[in-house]
Amino acid sequence: MNAAPAITTAQLSGRSQADETAPVRIAVKNLNFYYGTFHGLKSINLDFRDRQVTALIGPSGCGKSTLLRTFNRIYSLYPEQRAEGEILLDGRNILDQKVDLNDLRARVGMVFQKPTPFPMSIYDNVAFGLRLYEKLPKAELDLRVEESLRKAALWDEVKDKLKQSGMGLSGGQQQRLCIARTVAQRPEVILFDEPTSALDPISTGRIEELIEQLRNEFTIAIVTHNMQQAARISQFTAFMYLGELVEFGPTNRIFMNPEKRQTQDYITGRFG
Amino acid sequence: MDATNPLSDVRAAAPIRVRSGRRIADRVLRVSCLVATLIGAVVLGSILLMLILEGVKGFSPGLFVEPTPGPGSDGGGIANAILGSLVLTLIGIVVATPIGVMAGTYLAEYGRTSKLADLIRFLNDILLSAPSILIGLFVYTLMVRPMGTYSGWAGGVALAIIATPVIVRTTEDMLRLVPGSLREAGAALGAPPSRVILSVTWRAASAGIVTGIILALARIAGETAPLLFTALNNNSWFSPTLMGGVANLPVMIYQFALSPYPNWQSLAWSGALLITVTILALSVVARLVIKNPKAR
Repeated sequence: MNAAPAITTAQLSGRSQADETAPVRIAVKNLNFYYGTFHGLKSINLDFRDRQVTALIGPSGCGKSTLLRTFNRIYSLYPEQRAEGEILLDGRNILDQKVDLNDLRARVGMVFQKPTPFPMSIYDNVAFGLRLYEKLPKAELDLRVEESLRKAALWDEVKDKLKQSGMGLSGGQQQRLCIARTVAQRPEVILFDEPTSALDPISTGRIEELIEQLRNEFTIAIVTHNMQQAARISQFTAFMYLGELVEFGPTNRIFMNPEKRQTQDYITGRFG
Repeated sequence: MDATNPLSDVRAAAPIRVRSGRRIADRVLRVSCLVATLIGAVVLGSILLMLILEGVKGFSPGLFVEPTPGPGSDGGGIANAILGSLVLTLIGIVVATPIGVMAGTYLAEYGRTSKLADLIRFLNDILLSAPSILIGLFVYTLMVRPMGTYSGWAGGVALAIIATPVIVRTTEDMLRLVPGSLREAGAALGAPPSRVILSVTWRAASAGIVTGIILALARIAGETAPLLFTALNNNSWFSPTLMGGVANLPVMIYQFALSPYPNWQSLAWSGALLITVTILALSVVARLVIKNPKAR
Protein backbone atom coordinates (compact mmCIF):
# COMPACT_ATOMS: atom_id res chain seq x y z
CA MET A 1 0.00 0.00 0.00
CA ASN A 2 1.34 3.37 -0.90
CA ALA A 3 -0.36 6.41 0.61
CA ALA A 4 0.56 9.83 -0.68
CA PRO A 5 3.22 11.45 1.48
CA ALA A 6 1.97 14.35 3.58
CA ILE A 7 5.14 16.31 2.93
CA THR A 8 5.50 17.54 -0.63
CA THR A 9 8.63 17.78 -2.66
CA ALA A 10 8.25 21.55 -2.55
CA GLN A 11 8.61 21.55 1.21
CA LEU A 12 11.71 19.44 1.02
CA SER A 13 13.46 21.56 -1.57
CA GLY A 14 15.09 24.86 -0.75
CA ARG A 15 17.07 23.18 1.98
CA SER A 16 20.56 21.82 1.57
CA GLN A 17 20.79 18.09 1.01
CA ALA A 18 22.12 15.55 3.48
CA ASP A 19 25.87 15.12 3.41
CA GLU A 20 26.31 11.43 4.12
CA THR A 21 30.08 11.74 4.03
CA ALA A 22 30.31 14.35 6.79
CA PRO A 23 32.33 13.12 9.77
CA VAL A 24 30.36 11.62 12.67
CA ARG A 25 30.23 13.98 15.64
CA ILE A 26 28.09 11.99 18.02
CA ALA A 27 27.86 8.22 17.76
CA VAL A 28 25.20 6.55 19.90
CA LYS A 29 25.98 2.90 20.48
CA ASN A 30 23.56 0.46 22.05
CA LEU A 31 22.07 3.11 24.35
CA ASN A 32 19.52 2.10 26.95
CA PHE A 33 17.82 4.55 29.27
CA TYR A 34 15.82 4.00 32.42
CA TYR A 35 13.44 6.18 34.45
CA GLY A 36 13.61 4.16 37.65
CA THR A 37 12.40 0.79 36.37
CA PHE A 38 10.78 2.13 33.18
CA HIS A 39 12.82 1.28 30.10
CA GLY A 40 12.66 4.59 28.20
CA LEU A 41 15.17 3.97 25.39
CA LYS A 42 15.86 0.54 23.93
CA SER A 43 19.21 -0.21 22.27
CA ILE A 44 19.52 2.99 20.26
CA ASN A 45 22.22 3.16 17.59
CA LEU A 46 22.48 6.43 15.74
CA ASP A 47 25.10 8.77 14.24
CA PHE A 48 24.91 12.57 14.22
CA ARG A 49 27.00 14.10 11.47
CA ASP A 50 29.09 17.25 11.59
CA ARG A 51 27.29 20.48 10.58
CA GLN A 52 24.09 18.69 9.74
CA VAL A 53 20.69 19.17 11.34
CA THR A 54 19.29 15.89 12.58
CA ALA A 55 15.60 15.92 13.51
CA LEU A 56 14.14 13.48 16.02
CA ILE A 57 10.46 12.87 15.37
CA GLY A 58 7.84 10.57 16.78
CA PRO A 59 4.66 10.62 18.88
CA SER A 60 4.64 11.94 22.46
CA GLY A 61 6.45 9.66 24.88
CA CYS A 62 8.48 7.91 22.17
CA GLY A 63 11.78 8.88 23.79
CA LYS A 64 13.00 11.61 21.44
CA SER A 65 13.48 14.19 24.22
CA THR A 66 14.95 11.50 26.44
CA LEU A 67 17.54 10.73 23.77
CA LEU A 68 18.38 14.41 23.34
CA ARG A 69 18.81 14.82 27.10
CA THR A 70 21.48 12.12 27.21
CA PHE A 71 23.86 14.11 24.98
CA ASN A 72 24.62 16.68 27.69
CA ARG A 73 23.69 14.33 30.53
CA ILE A 74 21.17 16.84 31.81
CA TYR A 75 19.14 13.84 32.99
CA SER A 76 21.70 13.30 35.75
CA LEU A 77 20.04 16.15 37.68
CA TYR A 78 17.46 13.49 38.55
CA PRO A 79 18.95 10.63 40.56
CA GLU A 80 16.38 8.03 39.45
CA GLN A 81 17.33 8.40 35.77
CA ARG A 82 20.24 6.48 34.25
CA ALA A 83 21.74 5.67 30.87
CA GLU A 84 23.68 2.57 29.79
CA GLY A 85 25.70 2.06 26.65
CA GLU A 86 27.97 4.48 24.83
CA ILE A 87 27.63 7.97 23.44
CA LEU A 88 30.83 8.93 21.67
CA LEU A 89 31.40 12.66 21.26
CA ASP A 90 34.41 12.98 18.94
CA GLY A 91 35.29 9.42 19.85
CA ARG A 92 35.11 9.83 23.62
CA ASN A 93 32.37 8.16 25.67
CA ILE A 94 30.52 10.93 27.51
CA LEU A 95 28.64 8.46 29.69
CA ASP A 96 31.96 7.65 31.37
CA GLN A 97 31.70 8.82 34.99
CA LYS A 98 35.12 10.47 34.67
CA VAL A 99 33.83 12.96 32.12
CA ASP A 100 33.64 16.49 33.54
CA LEU A 101 29.97 17.44 33.25
CA ASN A 102 30.57 21.18 33.15
CA ASP A 103 33.10 20.78 30.36
CA LEU A 104 30.71 18.49 28.47
CA ARG A 105 27.89 21.02 28.80
CA ALA A 106 30.10 23.81 27.54
CA ARG A 107 30.73 21.69 24.42
CA VAL A 108 27.13 20.52 24.01
CA GLY A 109 24.68 23.41 24.40
CA MET A 110 20.93 23.08 24.83
CA VAL A 111 17.88 25.21 24.02
CA PHE A 112 14.65 24.27 25.73
CA GLN A 113 10.98 24.13 24.78
CA LYS A 114 9.97 27.16 26.81
CA PRO A 115 12.28 30.15 26.66
CA THR A 116 14.31 30.22 29.88
CA PRO A 117 15.82 33.70 30.25
CA PHE A 118 17.46 34.16 33.64
CA PRO A 119 16.15 37.00 35.84
CA MET A 120 18.98 39.36 34.91
CA SER A 121 19.88 41.79 32.14
CA ILE A 122 20.11 40.76 28.48
CA TYR A 123 23.87 41.29 28.62
CA ASP A 124 24.26 39.21 31.79
CA ASN A 125 22.14 36.43 30.31
CA VAL A 126 24.52 36.06 27.38
CA ALA A 127 27.61 36.54 29.54
CA PHE A 128 26.42 34.00 32.13
CA GLY A 129 28.11 31.01 30.56
CA LEU A 130 31.20 33.01 29.62
CA ARG A 131 31.77 34.14 33.19
CA LEU A 132 31.56 30.63 34.60
CA TYR A 133 35.01 29.40 33.72
CA GLU A 134 36.73 32.13 31.75
CA LYS A 135 38.02 35.42 33.14
CA LEU A 136 37.63 37.57 30.05
CA PRO A 137 38.58 41.24 30.06
CA LYS A 138 35.56 43.54 29.79
CA ALA A 139 36.27 44.56 26.18
CA GLU A 140 36.52 40.95 25.02
CA LEU A 141 33.39 39.99 26.96
CA ASP A 142 31.54 42.82 25.22
CA LEU A 143 32.70 41.49 21.85
CA ARG A 144 31.66 37.92 22.64
CA VAL A 145 28.22 39.09 23.81
CA GLU A 146 27.72 41.13 20.63
CA GLU A 147 28.96 38.32 18.41
CA SER A 148 26.60 35.85 20.08
CA LEU A 149 23.59 38.17 19.85
CA ARG A 150 24.39 38.74 16.18
CA LYS A 151 24.58 35.00 15.52
CA ALA A 152 21.20 34.63 17.23
CA ALA A 153 19.77 37.41 14.98
CA LEU A 154 18.85 39.44 18.04
CA TRP A 155 21.52 42.14 18.13
CA ASP A 156 19.64 44.79 16.17
CA GLU A 157 16.60 44.47 18.41
CA VAL A 158 18.42 44.67 21.74
CA LYS A 159 21.66 46.59 21.16
CA ASP A 160 20.22 49.72 22.83
CA LYS A 161 18.79 47.94 25.84
CA LEU A 162 21.43 45.43 26.89
CA LYS A 163 21.05 46.49 30.52
CA GLN A 164 17.32 45.77 30.57
CA SER A 165 15.92 42.55 31.96
CA GLY A 166 15.81 39.58 29.60
CA MET A 167 12.38 38.77 31.03
CA GLY A 168 10.94 41.86 29.30
CA LEU A 169 11.49 40.51 25.78
CA SER A 170 8.81 38.79 23.71
CA GLY A 171 8.64 35.00 23.65
CA GLY A 172 10.45 34.71 20.31
CA GLN A 173 13.11 37.20 21.40
CA GLN A 174 13.57 35.33 24.67
CA GLN A 175 14.15 32.11 22.75
CA ARG A 176 16.74 33.81 20.54
CA LEU A 177 18.34 35.20 23.71
CA CYS A 178 18.62 31.61 24.98
CA ILE A 179 20.19 30.63 21.65
CA ALA A 180 22.66 33.53 21.97
CA ARG A 181 23.50 32.40 25.50
CA THR A 182 24.21 28.90 24.20
CA VAL A 183 26.17 30.07 21.16
CA ALA A 184 28.31 32.34 23.37
CA GLN A 185 30.05 29.32 24.85
CA ARG A 186 31.13 28.27 21.35
CA PRO A 187 29.85 24.73 21.68
CA GLU A 188 30.37 22.02 19.05
CA VAL A 189 26.86 20.65 19.25
CA ILE A 190 23.56 22.43 19.96
CA LEU A 191 20.54 20.47 21.12
CA PHE A 192 17.09 21.95 20.51
CA ASP A 193 14.20 20.44 22.47
CA GLU A 194 11.03 21.54 20.64
CA PRO A 195 12.35 25.11 20.50
CA THR A 196 9.35 26.61 18.70
CA SER A 197 6.39 24.79 20.25
CA ALA A 198 5.69 27.75 22.56
CA LEU A 199 6.10 30.37 19.80
CA ASP A 200 3.87 32.01 17.20
CA PRO A 201 4.38 31.23 13.46
CA ILE A 202 6.46 34.34 12.74
CA SER A 203 8.82 33.73 15.65
CA THR A 204 8.96 30.08 14.61
CA GLY A 205 10.00 31.09 11.09
CA ARG A 206 12.83 33.24 12.45
CA ILE A 207 14.11 30.46 14.70
CA GLU A 208 14.03 28.03 11.75
CA GLU A 209 16.04 30.44 9.58
CA LEU A 210 18.45 30.85 12.46
CA ILE A 211 18.94 27.09 12.82
CA GLU A 212 19.68 26.90 9.10
CA GLN A 213 22.41 29.53 9.58
CA LEU A 214 23.81 27.96 12.75
CA ARG A 215 24.28 24.73 10.85
CA ASN A 216 27.29 26.28 9.10
CA GLU A 217 29.11 26.28 12.41
CA PHE A 218 27.50 23.75 14.70
CA THR A 219 26.22 20.19 14.68
CA ILE A 220 22.53 20.36 15.50
CA ALA A 221 20.04 17.89 16.93
CA ILE A 222 16.43 18.99 17.16
CA VAL A 223 13.38 17.34 18.68
CA THR A 224 10.17 18.44 17.03
CA HIS A 225 6.52 17.49 17.05
CA ASN A 226 6.04 19.33 13.81
CA MET A 227 6.82 17.14 10.80
CA GLN A 228 6.75 20.05 8.37
CA GLN A 229 9.40 21.65 10.53
CA ALA A 230 11.55 18.54 10.43
CA ALA A 231 11.15 18.45 6.65
CA ARG A 232 11.99 22.15 6.33
CA ILE A 233 15.13 22.35 8.42
CA SER A 234 16.80 18.98 8.78
CA GLN A 235 19.21 17.00 6.65
CA PHE A 236 18.70 13.78 8.58
CA THR A 237 15.61 12.48 10.33
CA ALA A 238 15.23 9.79 12.95
CA PHE A 239 11.77 8.38 13.60
CA MET A 240 11.27 6.95 17.07
CA TYR A 241 8.41 4.97 18.53
CA LEU A 242 7.94 3.47 22.01
CA GLY A 243 11.58 4.00 22.99
CA GLU A 244 12.99 2.43 19.84
CA LEU A 245 14.61 3.94 16.79
CA VAL A 246 12.36 2.80 13.95
CA GLU A 247 14.06 4.41 11.02
CA PHE A 248 16.88 6.81 10.33
CA GLY A 249 18.21 8.36 7.17
CA PRO A 250 18.42 11.49 5.02
CA THR A 251 15.28 13.58 5.53
CA ASN A 252 14.33 13.36 1.85
CA ARG A 253 14.26 9.60 1.90
CA ILE A 254 12.44 9.34 5.28
CA PHE A 255 9.69 11.63 4.09
CA MET A 256 9.41 10.63 0.42
CA ASN A 257 10.25 6.99 0.57
CA PRO A 258 10.22 5.49 4.07
CA GLU A 259 11.21 1.85 4.33
CA LYS A 260 9.13 1.02 7.38
CA ARG A 261 5.38 0.87 7.51
CA GLN A 262 5.27 2.63 10.94
CA THR A 263 7.27 5.56 9.63
CA GLN A 264 4.96 5.98 6.69
CA ASP A 265 1.87 5.76 8.89
CA TYR A 266 3.23 8.43 11.21
CA ILE A 267 4.36 10.76 8.45
CA THR A 268 1.04 10.50 6.64
CA GLY A 269 -0.75 11.27 9.90
CA ARG A 270 -2.33 7.88 10.39
CA PHE A 271 -1.27 7.82 14.04
CA GLY A 272 0.65 9.97 16.49
CA MET B 1 -47.73 35.09 26.20
CA ASP B 2 -50.42 33.12 24.44
CA ALA B 3 -53.21 32.56 27.03
CA THR B 4 -55.20 30.27 24.74
CA ASN B 5 -52.43 27.70 24.68
CA PRO B 6 -52.55 25.72 27.97
CA LEU B 7 -49.06 24.38 27.39
CA SER B 8 -47.54 27.83 27.49
CA ASP B 9 -48.84 28.36 31.07
CA VAL B 10 -47.26 25.15 32.28
CA ARG B 11 -43.99 25.97 30.58
CA ALA B 12 -44.02 29.46 31.98
CA ALA B 13 -44.93 28.47 35.55
CA ALA B 14 -42.51 25.61 36.07
CA PRO B 15 -39.25 27.48 35.51
CA ILE B 16 -40.39 30.35 37.73
CA ARG B 17 -40.94 28.05 40.70
CA VAL B 18 -37.50 26.46 40.25
CA ARG B 19 -35.94 29.85 39.81
CA SER B 20 -37.53 31.28 42.95
CA GLY B 21 -36.23 28.30 44.98
CA ARG B 22 -32.74 28.91 43.70
CA ARG B 23 -33.13 32.59 44.29
CA ILE B 24 -34.03 32.04 47.94
CA ALA B 25 -31.06 29.73 48.43
CA ASP B 26 -28.84 32.30 46.80
CA ARG B 27 -30.18 35.08 49.04
CA VAL B 28 -29.78 33.03 52.23
CA LEU B 29 -26.17 32.22 51.36
CA ARG B 30 -25.41 35.77 50.31
CA VAL B 31 -26.89 37.27 53.47
CA SER B 32 -25.12 34.76 55.76
CA CYS B 33 -21.79 35.49 54.08
CA LEU B 34 -22.42 39.22 54.43
CA VAL B 35 -23.36 38.91 58.11
CA ALA B 36 -20.27 36.82 58.83
CA THR B 37 -18.09 39.37 57.06
CA LEU B 38 -19.72 42.22 58.96
CA ILE B 39 -19.17 40.48 62.31
CA GLY B 40 -15.49 40.06 61.51
CA ALA B 41 -15.12 43.59 60.22
CA VAL B 42 -16.99 45.16 63.14
CA VAL B 43 -14.89 43.30 65.72
CA LEU B 44 -11.65 44.22 63.99
CA GLY B 45 -12.84 47.76 63.34
CA SER B 46 -13.85 48.37 66.95
CA ILE B 47 -10.52 47.04 68.21
CA LEU B 48 -8.66 49.36 65.83
CA LEU B 49 -10.92 52.31 66.65
CA MET B 50 -10.52 51.83 70.41
CA LEU B 51 -6.79 51.40 69.94
CA ILE B 52 -6.47 54.61 67.94
CA LEU B 53 -8.72 56.67 70.26
CA GLU B 54 -6.99 55.53 73.43
CA GLY B 55 -3.50 55.27 71.96
CA VAL B 56 -3.39 58.74 70.44
CA LYS B 57 -4.29 60.33 73.81
CA GLY B 58 -0.91 59.34 75.20
CA PHE B 59 1.05 60.54 72.16
CA SER B 60 3.46 63.29 73.11
CA PRO B 61 7.05 64.08 72.19
CA GLY B 62 8.10 62.62 75.54
CA LEU B 63 6.67 59.25 74.55
CA PHE B 64 9.51 58.68 72.12
CA VAL B 65 12.41 60.08 74.18
CA GLU B 66 11.74 59.33 77.85
CA PRO B 67 11.96 55.92 79.50
CA THR B 68 9.03 54.32 81.29
CA PRO B 69 8.11 56.13 84.54
CA GLY B 70 8.05 54.57 88.01
CA PRO B 71 4.82 53.14 89.41
CA GLY B 72 2.26 55.81 90.17
CA SER B 73 4.35 58.69 88.85
CA ASP B 74 3.32 60.96 86.01
CA GLY B 75 4.92 61.69 82.66
CA GLY B 76 7.59 59.50 81.10
CA GLY B 77 7.49 57.68 77.80
CA ILE B 78 8.19 54.31 76.27
CA ALA B 79 11.43 55.11 74.47
CA ASN B 80 13.34 52.36 76.30
CA ALA B 81 10.71 49.80 75.27
CA ILE B 82 10.72 51.00 71.63
CA LEU B 83 14.51 50.80 71.42
CA GLY B 84 14.52 47.45 73.24
CA SER B 85 11.93 46.00 70.87
CA LEU B 86 13.94 47.21 67.88
CA VAL B 87 17.12 45.57 69.22
CA LEU B 88 15.39 42.28 70.12
CA THR B 89 13.60 42.06 66.78
CA LEU B 90 16.81 42.90 64.96
CA ILE B 91 18.73 40.15 66.77
CA GLY B 92 15.88 37.75 66.05
CA ILE B 93 15.73 38.45 62.33
CA VAL B 94 19.52 38.60 61.87
CA VAL B 95 19.85 35.15 63.45
CA ALA B 96 16.79 33.67 61.74
CA THR B 97 17.31 34.93 58.18
CA PRO B 98 20.50 33.03 57.21
CA ILE B 99 19.34 29.85 58.96
CA GLY B 100 15.85 30.07 57.47
CA VAL B 101 16.92 30.91 53.93
CA MET B 102 19.65 28.24 53.91
CA ALA B 103 17.33 25.56 55.34
CA GLY B 104 14.57 26.50 52.89
CA THR B 105 17.11 26.32 50.07
CA TYR B 106 18.21 22.88 51.22
CA LEU B 107 14.61 21.65 51.23
CA ALA B 108 13.76 23.07 47.80
CA GLU B 109 17.05 22.58 45.92
CA TYR B 110 19.13 19.79 47.47
CA GLY B 111 16.91 17.67 49.73
CA ARG B 112 13.74 17.72 47.62
CA THR B 113 12.17 14.32 48.26
CA SER B 114 14.85 12.79 50.48
CA LYS B 115 13.85 11.26 53.82
CA LEU B 116 15.89 13.85 55.71
CA ALA B 117 14.13 16.69 53.91
CA ASP B 118 10.72 15.17 54.70
CA LEU B 119 11.69 14.93 58.37
CA ILE B 120 12.93 18.52 58.48
CA ARG B 121 9.78 19.73 56.73
CA PHE B 122 7.62 17.89 59.28
CA LEU B 123 9.56 19.26 62.27
CA ASN B 124 9.49 22.74 60.77
CA ASP B 125 5.71 22.59 60.48
CA ILE B 126 5.48 21.59 64.14
CA LEU B 127 7.78 24.45 65.13
CA LEU B 128 5.67 26.79 63.01
CA SER B 129 2.61 26.09 65.14
CA ALA B 130 4.35 25.51 68.49
CA PRO B 131 2.93 27.65 71.33
CA SER B 132 5.34 30.56 71.69
CA ILE B 133 5.38 30.31 75.49
CA LEU B 134 7.08 26.91 75.07
CA ILE B 135 9.81 28.52 73.05
CA GLY B 136 10.25 31.10 75.82
CA LEU B 137 10.63 28.32 78.38
CA PHE B 138 13.03 26.43 76.11
CA VAL B 139 15.33 29.43 75.77
CA TYR B 140 14.98 30.10 79.51
CA THR B 141 16.41 26.62 80.17
CA LEU B 142 18.98 26.92 77.39
CA MET B 143 20.32 30.42 78.09
CA VAL B 144 18.80 32.28 81.04
CA ARG B 145 19.49 29.63 83.68
CA PRO B 146 23.08 28.81 82.66
CA MET B 147 23.89 32.53 82.31
CA GLY B 148 22.16 33.31 85.58
CA THR B 149 20.39 36.36 84.18
CA TYR B 150 17.68 37.47 81.82
CA SER B 151 19.16 39.06 78.75
CA GLY B 152 18.40 40.66 75.42
CA TRP B 153 20.41 37.89 73.78
CA ALA B 154 18.06 35.25 75.17
CA GLY B 155 15.08 37.33 74.00
CA GLY B 156 16.58 37.70 70.52
CA VAL B 157 17.25 33.96 70.26
CA ALA B 158 13.67 33.17 71.37
CA LEU B 159 12.32 35.49 68.65
CA ALA B 160 14.71 33.92 66.13
CA ILE B 161 13.26 30.49 66.92
CA ILE B 162 9.79 31.87 66.19
CA ALA B 163 10.89 33.54 62.94
CA THR B 164 13.03 30.71 61.52
CA PRO B 165 10.24 28.25 60.58
CA VAL B 166 8.31 31.06 58.89
CA ILE B 167 11.34 31.92 56.74
CA VAL B 168 12.14 28.25 56.03
CA ARG B 169 8.63 27.66 54.80
CA THR B 170 8.29 30.74 52.62
CA THR B 171 11.78 30.31 51.16
CA GLU B 172 11.03 26.70 50.21
CA ASP B 173 7.62 27.57 48.77
CA MET B 174 9.00 30.47 46.74
CA LEU B 175 11.93 28.43 45.38
CA ARG B 176 9.55 25.65 44.38
CA LEU B 177 7.63 28.15 42.28
CA VAL B 178 10.76 28.71 40.19
CA PRO B 179 10.30 26.51 37.10
CA GLY B 180 12.58 23.49 36.90
CA SER B 181 13.43 24.46 33.33
CA LEU B 182 15.37 27.45 34.69
CA ARG B 183 17.55 25.13 36.78
CA GLU B 184 18.04 22.84 33.78
CA ALA B 185 18.98 25.82 31.62
CA GLY B 186 21.60 26.83 34.18
CA ALA B 187 22.98 23.30 34.39
CA ALA B 188 22.96 23.02 30.59
CA LEU B 189 25.39 25.95 30.42
CA GLY B 190 27.78 24.03 32.65
CA ALA B 191 26.98 25.91 35.86
CA PRO B 192 27.38 23.89 39.08
CA PRO B 193 24.27 23.68 41.32
CA SER B 194 25.68 26.25 43.76
CA ARG B 195 26.07 28.78 40.96
CA VAL B 196 22.58 28.08 39.62
CA ILE B 197 21.12 28.62 43.09
CA LEU B 198 23.08 31.81 43.79
CA SER B 199 22.60 33.55 40.45
CA VAL B 200 19.41 32.07 39.05
CA THR B 201 16.92 30.50 41.46
CA TRP B 202 17.51 32.84 44.41
CA ARG B 203 17.27 35.79 42.09
CA ALA B 204 14.07 34.48 40.52
CA ALA B 205 12.54 33.94 43.96
CA SER B 206 14.03 37.01 45.65
CA ALA B 207 10.79 39.01 45.97
CA GLY B 208 9.04 36.08 47.62
CA ILE B 209 11.93 35.34 49.96
CA VAL B 210 12.18 38.99 51.06
CA THR B 211 8.42 39.03 51.63
CA GLY B 212 8.76 35.99 53.86
CA ILE B 213 11.45 37.70 55.91
CA ILE B 214 9.31 40.84 56.30
CA LEU B 215 6.30 38.77 57.38
CA ALA B 216 8.50 36.94 59.92
CA LEU B 217 9.62 40.37 61.16
CA ALA B 218 5.99 41.42 61.56
CA ARG B 219 5.26 38.19 63.38
CA ILE B 220 8.03 38.55 66.00
CA ALA B 221 7.57 42.30 66.49
CA GLY B 222 4.42 41.64 68.47
CA GLU B 223 5.41 38.43 70.30
CA THR B 224 5.04 38.61 74.09
CA ALA B 225 5.20 35.07 75.43
CA PRO B 226 8.73 34.15 74.28
CA LEU B 227 10.06 37.33 75.91
CA LEU B 228 8.44 36.79 79.32
CA PHE B 229 11.07 34.22 80.32
CA THR B 230 14.00 35.61 78.36
CA ALA B 231 14.30 39.38 77.92
CA LEU B 232 11.69 40.01 80.63
CA ASN B 233 11.30 43.78 80.90
CA ASN B 234 13.08 46.72 82.45
CA ASN B 235 11.71 49.97 83.71
CA SER B 236 14.74 51.94 82.57
CA TRP B 237 17.26 51.82 79.74
CA PHE B 238 18.83 48.41 79.19
CA SER B 239 22.55 47.84 79.63
CA PRO B 240 24.69 48.12 76.48
CA THR B 241 25.78 44.49 76.89
CA LEU B 242 22.08 43.50 76.78
CA MET B 243 22.59 41.53 80.01
CA GLY B 244 19.72 41.76 82.49
CA GLY B 245 16.16 42.61 81.58
CA VAL B 246 15.60 44.49 78.35
CA ALA B 247 12.55 46.73 78.05
CA ASN B 248 10.32 45.84 75.12
CA LEU B 249 6.90 46.90 73.91
CA PRO B 250 4.88 43.66 74.18
CA VAL B 251 5.88 42.83 77.77
CA MET B 252 5.62 46.53 78.72
CA ILE B 253 2.05 46.53 77.39
CA TYR B 254 1.27 43.33 79.24
CA GLN B 255 2.55 44.69 82.58
CA PHE B 256 1.32 48.27 82.25
CA ALA B 257 -2.16 47.35 81.03
CA LEU B 258 -2.70 45.14 84.08
CA SER B 259 -1.40 47.82 86.49
CA PRO B 260 -3.71 50.04 88.58
CA TYR B 261 -1.95 53.26 87.48
CA PRO B 262 -3.77 55.38 84.82
CA ASN B 263 -0.48 56.75 83.46
CA TRP B 264 0.89 53.25 82.86
CA GLN B 265 -2.39 52.17 81.28
CA SER B 266 -2.24 55.13 78.93
CA LEU B 267 1.35 54.28 77.97
CA ALA B 268 0.28 50.67 77.29
CA TRP B 269 -2.40 51.95 74.87
CA SER B 270 0.16 54.08 73.05
CA GLY B 271 2.61 51.18 72.84
CA ALA B 272 -0.12 48.90 71.49
CA LEU B 273 -1.01 51.44 68.79
CA LEU B 274 2.64 51.81 67.87
CA ILE B 275 3.14 48.04 67.46
CA THR B 276 -0.06 47.69 65.44
CA VAL B 277 0.91 50.50 63.08
CA THR B 278 4.40 49.02 62.67
CA ILE B 279 3.06 45.54 61.84
CA LEU B 280 0.52 47.05 59.45
CA ALA B 281 3.29 48.99 57.73
CA LEU B 282 5.45 45.83 57.45
CA SER B 283 2.54 43.93 55.89
CA VAL B 284 1.98 46.71 53.38
CA VAL B 285 5.69 46.72 52.49
CA ALA B 286 5.57 42.93 52.06
CA ARG B 287 2.65 43.28 49.65
CA LEU B 288 4.43 45.96 47.68
CA VAL B 289 7.57 43.84 47.39
CA ILE B 290 5.69 40.81 46.06
CA LYS B 291 3.73 42.96 43.61
CA ASN B 292 6.69 44.89 42.27
CA PRO B 293 7.45 43.33 38.87
CA LYS B 294 10.96 44.78 38.85
CA ALA B 295 11.92 42.86 41.96
CA ARG B 296 11.14 39.55 40.29
